[in-house]
Amino acid sequence: MASDSKEQQDAAQSDLQLARELIAGSIGAFEHFVDVYGRKIFRYSYTMCGHREDAEEIAQETLMKVFENLGQLREPEHMKAWVFRIAKNACFSKHRKSVFAPTRELSLEELRPHRDNESGELDIADWSAWPDAAAQNSELHQALDRAVQKLPELYRSIFLLRDVEGLSTADCAKILDVSEDVVKTRLHRARLMMRADLDAFMKASHTNSGHTKGVQA
Amino acid sequence: MNQNDCQNVFALLSEYIDRDLPEGTCEELDRHIQDCAPCVEFVESLRKSVALGKKYAPGVEPVPVPDGVREALREAYAKSLAERQK
Repeated sequence: MASDSKEQQDAAQSDLQLARELIAGSIGAFEHFVDVYGRKIFRYSYTMCGHREDAEEIAQETLMKVFENLGQLREPEHMKAWVFRIAKNACFSKHRKSVFAPTRELSLEELRPHRDNESGELDIADWSAWPDAAAQNSELHQALDRAVQKLPELYRSIFLLRDVEGLSTADCAKILDVSEDVVKTRLHRARLMMRADLDAFMKASHTNSGHTKGVQA
Repeated sequence: MNQNDCQNVFALLSEYIDRDLPEGTCEELDRHIQDCAPCVEFVESLRKSVALGKKYAPGVEPVPVPDGVREALREAYAKSLAERQK
């Protein structure tokens, strides 16, 4: 079983509370939902479609469908998955051809870093030089953005739902109409692709700053 | 350790990081990884990359929901609640 982080558990608990309050008719919950989920759906659809106007339309259409069909929400604990399934379908409708259509799965071989036959060392950047505070680095943010945009759509969608939104593997499978094994396979490839792109960015940064692996310039 | 072990580990690393593997498999990977410098290095890089990815947000924020749309949403909400109570 996946061990959800404390942060994910708190988010799930707060979503469950929000769902219950919405069903109970709380106007405060309505306002909160429109603000928070409007932003979440916009970010998802913008990252999937790349157009601000489309993403804003998709967010508004999704919110409207949610409120029109609130009676169909039978399991408040799955509200987030239900909302994102509506958002995914709205993205689908907007783009006639599905941006989620399966393409060839990348093989793991393509994503494996090169390994020196003699030394056995991997040809990767020195990640120890990047503490968590690196998240504040704007160049790294841009590199992350490029890495996300470079993901094939079907991997990008899984990455957004699973890693950014923190939905479970089972919920992602329901949203995207695929098996849980497919979710795991694609998430792993998405993460490996992003790691490889960030690795290339870090190697370039190290070269520019005169830092080489294992040696502080 | 040989490269075949590393390849098997490589295929399971996301589930390993998520601690989403069957009982025993995580421990098996732990045993391999702790004695394998390239795997330690790669897992570290993947873990940091995943942690960074989880904080991702596009550099564009939506405009606030227009008042007219918010009003229409409020009406749809009220209608759904009324139907639910029937």
